[in-house]
Amino acid sequence: MQPILQAVGLGKQVQAAAERFFILQDVSFSVQPGEALAVLGASGSGKTTLLGLLAGLDVPSAGGVAIDGVDLGSLDEDGRAALRRLRLGFVFQSFQLLPALNALENVMLPLELAGRPGAREQARALLERAGLGPRLTHYPRQLSGGEQQRVALARAFTGPPRLLMADEPTGNLDSTTGEGIIELLFELNREQGTTLVLVTHDAALAGRCRRRLVLAAGHLVSDGV
Amino acid sequence: MTRGRGVALLALRLLARDWRAGDLGTLSLALLLAVASLTTVGFFTERVRLGMAQEATRFLGADLVVVADHPLPVAYEEEALRLGLHVARSLRFPSMAVAGEHAVLSEIKAVGPGYPLRGQLLVEGGEGVPAPGAALVDAQGFSRLALAVGGQVRLGEAALRVQARLTEDPEASGGFFALGPHIVIGLADVPATGLLQEGARVTHRLGVAGTPADVARFQVFARTRLGRGEHLQDLSDARPELRAALDRAEHFLSLAALLGVLLCAAAVALAARHYVSRHLDNCAVMRALGATQSLVLGLHASQVLVLGALASAGGSILGLAGAQVLARLLAPLAGSALPAAGLGAALPGMGAGMLLLLGFVLPPLHALGRVPALRVLRRDLPAPGARTGLGYLPGALVVMLLLAATARDLRLGLYVVGGAAAVALACLLVTGALLLILARVESHLGFAWRFGLANLRRRALGTFAQVLALCVGLLALSLLSVVRTDLLASWQASLGTQAPNHFLANVQPSQLEGVKALLSRQGVAVPTFFPMVRGRLLARNGVTLDSANLADERARRLLDREFNLSTASLPQPDNRITAGRWWQDAAGPPQFSVEEGLAHTLGIGLGDRLAFRVSGQLIEGEVRSLRKVQWDSFQVNFFVVASPGTLDGLPRSLVASFHLTPGQLPAAEELGRRFPGLLVIDVRALVTQAERLLVLGAEAVEVISLFALAAGLTVLVAGLSLTHDERARESAILRTLGASRRQVAFAQGAEFALLGALAGLVAGLGASAIGAVLALRVFDIPFRLDLLLCLGVPLASSAGVVFVGLLGTRRARGGGPVRVLRQLA
Repeated sequence: MQPILQAVGLGKQVQAAAERFFILQDVSFSVQPGEALAVLGASGSGKTTLLGLLAGLDVPSAGGVAIDGVDLGSLDEDGRAALRRLRLGFVFQSFQLLPALNALENVMLPLELAGRPGAREQARALLERAGLGPRLTHYPRQLSGGEQQRVALARAFTGPPRLLMADEPTGNLDSTTGEGIIELLFELNREQGTTLVLVTHDAALAGRCRRRLVLAAGHLVSDGV
Repeated sequence: MTRGRGVALLALRLLARDWRAGDLGTLSLALLLAVASLTTVGFFTERVRLGMAQEATRFLGADLVVVADHPLPVAYEEEALRLGLHVARSLRFPSMAVAGEHAVLSEIKAVGPGYPLRGQLLVEGGEGVPAPGAALVDAQGFSRLALAVGGQVRLGEAALRVQARLTEDPEASGGFFALGPHIVIGLADVPATGLLQEGARVTHRLGVAGTPADVARFQVFARTRLGRGEHLQDLSDARPELRAALDRAEHFLSLAALLGVLLCAAAVALAARHYVSRHLDNCAVMRALGATQSLVLGLHASQVLVLGALASAGGSILGLAGAQVLARLLAPLAGSALPAAGLGAALPGMGAGMLLLLGFVLPPLHALGRVPALRVLRRDLPAPGARTGLGYLPGALVVMLLLAATARDLRLGLYVVGGAAAVALACLLVTGALLLILARVESHLGFAWRFGLANLRRRALGTFAQVLALCVGLLALSLLSVVRTDLLASWQASLGTQAPNHFLANVQPSQLEGVKALLSRQGVAVPTFFPMVRGRLLARNGVTLDSANLADERARRLLDREFNLSTASLPQPDNRITAGRWWQDAAGPPQFSVEEGLAHTLGIGLGDRLAFRVSGQLIEGEVRSLRKVQWDSFQVNFFVVASPGTLDGLPRSLVASFHLTPGQLPAAEELGRRFPGLLVIDVRALVTQAERLLVLGAEAVEVISLFALAAGLTVLVAGLSLTHDERARESAILRTLGASRRQVAFAQGAEFALLGALAGLVAGLGASAIGAVLALRVFDIPFRLDLLLCLGVPLASSAGVVFVGLLGTRRARGGGPVRVLRQLA
């Protein structure tokens, strides 16, 4: 079966002061459809950098990434954006909701950007599924952290995406709220048959995934179940 | 649904959502205010300008007059009526007026129905028109003909009843050195006088008045029809005194409008920056969610354009309403209702608003489209182009364009633009120097100052932008204050309450001592008497000048008439040499100094040799200097002055101007009676008119300043809102770490105070410098350095920025730090 996500010899070099150095080096792995993958590592290990490269938010200094067999290196910025629009969903540590939009409008946004019909109905259904039926018209500032992340989850599953990328989705939440979010994330993942790539430093959360990659100082040091 | 339509609809939905969330407040307010202010200022300035022009045309009795030395072809009147203009006919001719044993050569004016179309004929006790068989006679006529109301005056074969004493005739001041008394009769009574014989010296006049557009159409028609002995008179023929006052008032208005543009531009630029910075994260999220660059750009550009159109429309309505209210308020000052201007007058304001938007908002929006999607993971990534000032280039070009369009006078525009650019540069240099100094001294200061000043340094780019915008705003406000107080006061002082209001002409050298003695006896300060001869300009550089060869109508008329020439060893105090040098060697060959306006009209330049014929003699000399004359000083002035000795031996008279208080008016009548042939010209109406223009201009500037103040406040609020979120976050962190509200307020206050003082200092000094240049170079009035401005602006600015700044961040200081941090997360 063709992997849904494939990284080959992935590396990222940055300039700091007068020096250039790799913050990510020679990372290779592939992910099959429906798989749940956790990327673990300490702060500064290169987790977020890897996520950015996998999602096509950033371009690698070495190696390449393919999503559904499409080489991201062959696409320009707009091409990568189109790929994200069609196949990717995101959940961020800091939620990244648009403050001027209410919960419903935030979830509608990806559908509206894609020009898809029925955005309102679909968004409403997802938010109700996330337990936010009574909070549809609330703005991010009127929602708790957990509620904001539920909205973000609902937004990530519009489409629905073939591949969901989550960056420390519970990093800004207390453990109880975080658990609720994780439950919802995995339930939605199951229901929608999405492939999940989860970046976290939380071993318990990583334990919910069948496969775990461990990064240290920019290198892939472990890939196992 | 097409993709384009889908994007447009989504843009509208996002716009509505942004609006509801209150994210568009600053930008819409800045745009609304900019358009309202530009519309009001433009519309109102145009109306005041039209009103002032109408005031000036009162001296024609109409907006435009067709003048002929023969009965005018009926086609003129027919065309004027067809265009919907008002028309009034009149005749002027000299005639002996006889009353009893007195007979005096008088200037007779016969007026038809409707006369005058502008201004009014005033007689003692109110407005008056001559009744059939009656005449209005001026004070000189009453005195020299020993008349009484109800008495009789004979003109030719007709005996006319003296109806009233004429106190004001709009046209009476139109020609200074008119003959003797002035008598106004009805046109219907002219045949009975039998004076209009073949060969009589009669001037036929057809005055027209109406909307500027209709008058202009008539002017075009008339120009093509003018036959021999026919010409047009319009505002350009008004007395130089009035034209000078009008020009000056227009300069003030134009300057106020220019500064308004500058302020609005600063407000829009800051608001645009604020808008873009607030949308950076949104765009990054959109990009991460798969929106292409062009989609992000298209969405935001459409939003901004729709917002701009809405704000412009709202601003235009507000501006037009404001202008109407102002015009009503100022109507009593204008002497009559200010002329109406159409809805089209709103277009320039709307256009200017949209241009400002395009110039200042669209370039940074372009950068918004290129926001890295990675910003969703790494918020510290800068937006492309955010660190360069190039994004402001289109905006700066738009401002230049608007300033050029607003400035009626290129020189005025250049001084303001050049001055503002120099001040902006100075502002950047001073800010840079200060930041360097702060880095050295702040470690010696207490916590609050250290923290506040370190912030200025840390946010260097933001500090530069804020100081610059505040400085430009304050510069405009300070300059307006300079205009309102110092420049206007200087003009008022130069006009003065003791400005001459009477001219004395045709004084023979033999009469001089007698005239001086009479004036002294009546308690009138004896004025300076200037020698005067009348001469015709014959040739320039040896080439005979023929008016028939000149295209310019005014130049033709100037050449056809005689000039008043005088001599002087020194230039008069209200004259300024603009080219060449005043003569040093009085004993040399004849030399001339020519008024620059006349030189321009007739194409006379420095070094040209002019030949005048004076009393049959040829006077030839070189033009050594050109002069700017302050005509509205009401002092005696000459278009052409010759070096001393040039006019020696030629028959000459003397001329002077002086001020008479109401109690001293009998002196004027006695002069006329005692010295036959001597002309006393009462120009009180003209002085009043110039003063009215001055007051009208001053009031208009005052009103414009109010709008500017509102725009200035928007600049202040928009400027401070640029760093509001960052300050709020810092404040919350400091509070979390245990700082008291007072400590946080003090730290922020220190930063605001320095920001305001810095911008105010550069603006105050800059305004003084530009004010001085404008006073000396454009307005030709003395300038006095206002220390209060130099010190007051920094203080007021510092206090204002501290007040508005602390007010804006008070919720961040007062509320729970967690709430603030969560809101800004």
